[in-house]
Amino acid sequence: MNNSTNTVLMNVKNLKVHFNIKPDNAWPWQKGQALKAVDGVDLTIYEGETLGVVGESGCGKSTLARALLRLVPITDGSVVWLSQDLTDLDKKQMRDKRQELQMIFQDPLASLNPRMTVGDIIAEPLITFKPHLSKQEVKDQVRAIMDRVGLLPNVINRYPHEFSGGQCQRIGIARALILKPKLVVCDEPVSALDVSIQAQVVNLLKELQAEMGLALVFIAHDLSVVKHISDRVLVMYLGNAVELASKHALYANPRHPYTKALLSAVPVPDPERERNKSIQLLAGDLPSPISPPSGCVFRTRCPHANEECTKQKPALEKCSEEHQAACIRLAEIA
Amino acid sequence: MNSSNNILEVDNLRVNFKTPDGQVTAVNNLNFNLAQGETLGIVGESGSGKSQTAFALMGLLAGNGQITGEARFEGENILALNDKAMNRIRSEKIAMIFQDPMTSLNPYMKVGKQLMEVLILHKGMSKADAFEASVKMLDAVKMPEARKRMNMFPHEFSGGMRQRVMIAMALLCQPKLLIADEPTTALDVTVQAQILTLLNELKSEFNTSIIMITHDLGVVAGLCDKVLVMYAGRTMEYGQTDDVFYRPTHPYTQGLLEAIPRLDGEEETLTTIAGNPPNLLNLPTGCPFQARCQFVEHRCRTEAPALEEYQPGKLRACHKPVHSEMTP
Repeated sequence: MNNSTNTVLMNVKNLKVHFNIKPDNAWPWQKGQALKAVDGVDLTIYEGETLGVVGESGCGKSTLARALLRLVPITDGSVVWLSQDLTDLDKKQMRDKRQELQMIFQDPLASLNPRMTVGDIIAEPLITFKPHLSKQEVKDQVRAIMDRVGLLPNVINRYPHEFSGGQCQRIGIARALILKPKLVVCDEPVSALDVSIQAQVVNLLKELQAEMGLALVFIAHDLSVVKHISDRVLVMYLGNAVELASKHALYANPRHPYTKALLSAVPVPDPERERNKSIQLLAGDLPSPISPPSGCVFRTRCPHANEECTKQKPALEKCSEEHQAACIRLAEIA
Repeated sequence: MNSSNNILEVDNLRVNFKTPDGQVTAVNNLNFNLAQGETLGIVGESGSGKSQTAFALMGLLAGNGQITGEARFEGENILALNDKAMNRIRSEKIAMIFQDPMTSLNPYMKVGKQLMEVLILHKGMSKADAFEASVKMLDAVKMPEARKRMNMFPHEFSGGMRQRVMIAMALLCQPKLLIADEPTTALDVTVQAQILTLLNELKSEFNTSIIMITHDLGVVAGLCDKVLVMYAGRTMEYGQTDDVFYRPTHPYTQGLLEAIPRLDGEEETLTTIAGNPPNLLNLPTGCPFQARCQFVEHRCRTEAPALEEYQPGKLRACHKPVHSEMTP
């Protein structure tokens, strides 16, 4: 995909989300510490593309997703949606924008109200945002979108618990798409599903995207799924973006040491390759996001770290067309 | 396929549950065996009965579960043993690692005490000896600062570290057989890689046999010698890892392998297996996979395919097997 010709939908600059954490034994007048869930991320989302976000638990990918839709308070930075900064909007204006920005959640069953029927769940966004529609029009649209995501019309009066995980995820997708949004943020939409069902949902998302011209932010910890669905991929570590590149560039030629380790760790269903591959094991555990390492956040586990790395935080730098990585020693370790 | 160096031979294992809605057969006529030092992978989707197989072997089934069949561990049918005899076998000869390392450790007990307990109880060691042996085992599973960690509680450990404690605990009595039920599912990929490398090292060091239960075919590919593919409680295909991965003959195995997005491939759309897994409460007559199989024919709907040994060491249950060469 040639990004330069595409319209920019969302432009995120230096986005920071810090949570205030107070230890249990703190005095009331003591200040809490900042947990830096997302610490200065820049990214651009183009019309109709899929941006994959990968990283391990605790790297801030879900917080980033929520921050894009302003579902968590944003500490600093800007999220510009079609030349309007979402962080400037008040509650009411933001609510209007939500028609264009939708979300699909990880747990397919928990994200559906157990006391509403499938029809009601899917119709709800339509009824709230377009109250002028007649009952019949709402019903027609619900049926149309249900048909589109592969739900049979006769399940319209059933309740979420009667469905399997894959079916529930289809309901969630229908609900997100009924308002014809421009951007859908998918937070681990397939990680709770079995392999055979996962493939169905991924294919469905791809089809719908092509059909409706959606932009997707696809968050997952499974690098193979992200590779399959994304145009560009952002790799996060401890609240920071460490690498951002087109899918082909990233998977064929990862530049950042963390991305390299991450990719080498993914097991491939090929016995011959698995037996003979060399894994770059990362030493130790993820540092605490309350007191991240100085300088480069990855340096405590990086095999190439040296004195320089402790001094300043590396920013994403262009290492080729469509490829950015945040590492000061890129040239040396390549 | 019986030979004397098998430490575990499972014959017609069947697990039934009585539920208010009727009988559920979670595991249906399972057969496999395992030689000393060998690793068997059991793969399948949720509800395929892979965990229940493990629970049945360990005697950990829920109260409404019934087992028929035989599982001979070193020649002795462990399914018929009473609790006392089974307790002796558990952890001394067979140990298990569970999926969720947080809920399987006691949150009120220091990790060290939980480890020492095993040795004091089963080996009759003194406290001091047990402490030293535990530290040694924590070192063996590459726990940094093992001595210090003995005095910590499970919540002070990360997920990967907790799983290391679980593995250490399972290996304390040097069991002959280790049953690992999705040991890396709750972990991140880089941590998963650490744990799998560790299991591979321990396997060669202690010559332990492992039954690896997982839904991740990638994990199986790297660790296992043999694979058993389960669907709706039945064996679909069973054979050497290379045969199952490179020359799958059952439509389900083939579908499963094609449905995974691969890091080493370039596919535009994923091949899917249509439909959903069947409800175990009312399985169709005939093959359980019929509704989702693209090669289904009349016979599949009326007659359940028997598990047959179509080549030495390779078993399959299918009327219409496909022959394929998957590109490695």
